[in-house]
Amino acid sequence: MSVLVRDPGLETTVQDTGRLGHYAIGFPPSGALDSYAYHVGNALVGNAPGAAALEAVYLGPTLEFTTDTVVAVTGAEIPVTLDGEPVPTWESVAVRAGQTLAFGQLAGGARPYVAVAGGIDVPPYYGSRSTYTLVGIGGFGGRALAEGDELPLGDAAVDPRAGRRVDEADIPEHPTTAELRLLVGLHSYRLTPDSLERFTSTPWKVTPDANRVGYRYRGAELEFVPREQPFGAGSDPANVTDCGYPVGSVQVPGGVEPIVLLQDAVTGGGYATLGTVVSVDRDRLAQTKTGDHTRFVPVDLDEALTIRRDRAGRLDRVRRSLA
Amino acid sequence: MASHTITARTPGVFYRRPTPDAEPYVADGATVAEGDTLGLIEVMKTYREVKADAGGTVSRWLVENEDEVTIGQDLVELDT
Repeated sequence: MSVLVRDPGLETTVQDTGRLGHYAIGFPPSGALDSYAYHVGNALVGNAPGAAALEAVYLGPTLEFTTDTVVAVTGAEIPVTLDGEPVPTWESVAVRAGQTLAFGQLAGGARPYVAVAGGIDVPPYYGSRSTYTLVGIGGFGGRALAEGDELPLGDAAVDPRAGRRVDEADIPEHPTTAELRLLVGLHSYRLTPDSLERFTSTPWKVTPDANRVGYRYRGAELEFVPREQPFGAGSDPANVTDCGYPVGSVQVPGGVEPIVLLQDAVTGGGYATLGTVVSVDRDRLAQTKTGDHTRFVPVDLDEALTIRRDRAGRLDRVRRSLA
Repeated sequence: MASHTITARTPGVFYRRPTPDAEPYVADGATVAEGDTLGLIEVMKTYREVKADAGGTVSRWLVENEDEVTIGQDLVELDT
């Protein structure tokens, strides 16, 4: 029971809900960047929540299955074929032993997810099968997939069944300008009022430096309020005394090119955090690509918590509709 | 003579040379075979080769060296 990697695509990795609980010792969580697409994929193939799936970016992998199984592709808008015949995405599809799943040219979004009944059965590391490539742990050998890899499949699928389909209304769209809701702080006071306004009014362009560690943007220069740097802070006006970085937090080293830190990022350091992208909208961020534009839309804490609750409710509803 | 256009499969920065000091992978007007490398696209700190998916003669570059390109963008035209 396995999947043979005929073509790895680009930085395709095994991911699950992430390696939670070790942030304080410097372990970022990793895990699927588009959590909604990942969870819905598992629900489609009848897996329990948390089964490991494949996350690809821009180019899908080419995968040959050695066993009859059920798969679902979610996330980015991308043509998918099984032995050359088109198959739908956001729908569970029966695969026979010997068949090959392949991807065409990405039409929207950035990251397709491949869920397989039973999950990708690599050994868990610190409670997760997610790959953290920077340190080389978790996933398949701690690295992105390579041609010739043979991925073991689990047998823990709860209810694999082909033909389950997500309602059109529950399939996210991926416009080339994404709006990411942002909780402003902790160090937003370090920007001049003009610059803070500019930060939320600028359409920021995604640079080629955009991966699971973080996304870097270009579009405007931001100025910091002049001050004598406090003890422990570096000399760059963007520096503060070291602190923990929330996942999704935004920093602007040197006042140019803001960076949103993602699930594989460093957990703390000395750059001012201007705000944090709400967790739900990291899914949307994960489906933006180099050259796309992004706007940061400020929300307050109550709104951020409502957004999170609404998402949990939506995911529950989608799971029930597929059960 | 027909023409064939090679497009970008990933977004990123397009390079015509393997390293800044090296000669371009292919000179203008050169003849290439299917599978030959025409350039590189850098994205996410990785470099991926752009391969010719048909043989032909390089007739026109549609991007400059170090241009940022998007998925599906036309890169180079071949006379086939």
